[in-house]
Amino acid sequence: MDLQGFGHLLISGAWITIQLAVCSLFVGLLFGIIGASAKLSSSKIANTLGNGYTLFVRGMPELLLVLTIYFGSSAVLMAIASLFGYDEYIELSPFVAGVTALSIAFGAYATEVFRSAMMEIPKGQREAAVALGMTRFQTFRRIVLPQVWRLALPGLGNLFLVLLKDTALVSVIGLNELMRQTAVAVGNTKEPFTFYFAAAMVYLLMTSISMAGLYLLERRANRGYQGARA
Amino acid sequence: MTDPAVALEINDLHKSYGSLEVLKGISLTANVGDVISILGSSGSGKSTFLRCLNLLESPSAGSIGFSGEELKLKVGKDGALQAADQKQLERMRASIGFVFQNFNLWPHLTVIENIMEAPVHVLKQDKATARKKAEEYLEKVGLLDKSDSYPNQLSGGQQQRIAIARALAMEPKVLLFDEPTSALDPELVGEVLNVMRDLAAEGRTMLIVTHEMRFAREVSSQIVFLHQGQVEEQGTPDKVFDNPDSDRCRTFLSSHF
Repeated sequence: MDLQGFGHLLISGAWITIQLAVCSLFVGLLFGIIGASAKLSSSKIANTLGNGYTLFVRGMPELLLVLTIYFGSSAVLMAIASLFGYDEYIELSPFVAGVTALSIAFGAYATEVFRSAMMEIPKGQREAAVALGMTRFQTFRRIVLPQVWRLALPGLGNLFLVLLKDTALVSVIGLNELMRQTAVAVGNTKEPFTFYFAAAMVYLLMTSISMAGLYLLERRANRGYQGARA
Repeated sequence: MTDPAVALEINDLHKSYGSLEVLKGISLTANVGDVISILGSSGSGKSTFLRCLNLLESPSAGSIGFSGEELKLKVGKDGALQAADQKQLERMRASIGFVFQNFNLWPHLTVIENIMEAPVHVLKQDKATARKKAEEYLEKVGLLDKSDSYPNQLSGGQQQRIAIARALAMEPKVLLFDEPTSALDPELVGEVLNVMRDLAAEGRTMLIVTHEMRFAREVSSQIVFLHQGQVEEQGTPDKVFDNPDSDRCRTFLSSHF
């Protein structure tokens, strides 16, 4: 891919996009599991925190979340640092701010996916584990989570595709991911169609690979169900 | 209770759901090697009683002793009793086998993985040892050829036999069976009862909640008949089946043969 010498720019942008999406995915999954556990917890405080999280984040445009975290975090970090007598200017790198914003957003939606999956696991599954002396954590980690995973995969796959494309939002805070690099190339060559089309193809390639990966994961997770042992 | 012959000693166990009292003070002692069948109509509290013994349900009052050790209990926020020492509870549960009505095998694990799970993660056996033991118990229940199948590929009777093997792999001191054949098609009941018959013949200590009257009479050393959360009749099978003191027990038994 040469594209008048801008091909490498698009490739480097695509690499940042992939890193951003994958990091946000892992942190977001963690937020989702914590969020769902909080919502299903018997503790009222945990319920309130979990509900508040999904209410606020799902009620806010992702773009606003990216901007708020990038500019807001710097103010918050400086306020905290000044408590310790440190008065320099601090800001999160656009990459860290982007991962933070996207994983918070992904986590809020994933919370709902995990929550409904967790509610579908029959009570007897946990009872069988604790009756054998397994701890609550072992029961969750070894018995509940693998089954939740299977039920949640289709929903999470959808969310990942949305996440992959939402990474473009992080271009507004100056991260050199695919969207921003494309805009740079357009600005230099005055050939918007060529480059936007090329970028679209790269996004399409990334989502296609993700879907293929998801298919394999789902097939693996479905071993042992309905006698369908592929 | 430090008598080594006593496997399980339950004193004055109560359980309420809100204002509804389903267990009204049940006491029961199981000696090592006893096979005790617990009978009663639905709603008599027999399953609830069994589930209270390893705290799958929280009793509201009473005490539970197991192999000379009393389970430490405290009153929780909802007023019911819960374990005061989670580690002690986990240790006790590890040596009390529990067989469920609905088997509750884990569908994401193969048969052999189902059986190895707790020995590896609770007893910390190494995988080779756990696998070898699991195969022994699978052979005992006659399903060694199914070790790499998944539970959903098996019949209910096979699943229940595997659930029994899973419980046995922990080498429990007591086995509790909660209506082990009630979810099975009639033609599959026999294979599960045969396995349980063998276990009884080995001298294992067992508490069985069941509706299989003939089986109960044949294998039990003691029969307990519950009615509305209380022990209505208790004694040897011959006594309870042939000459019960309670009319309710007599009526119940005659309607179940």
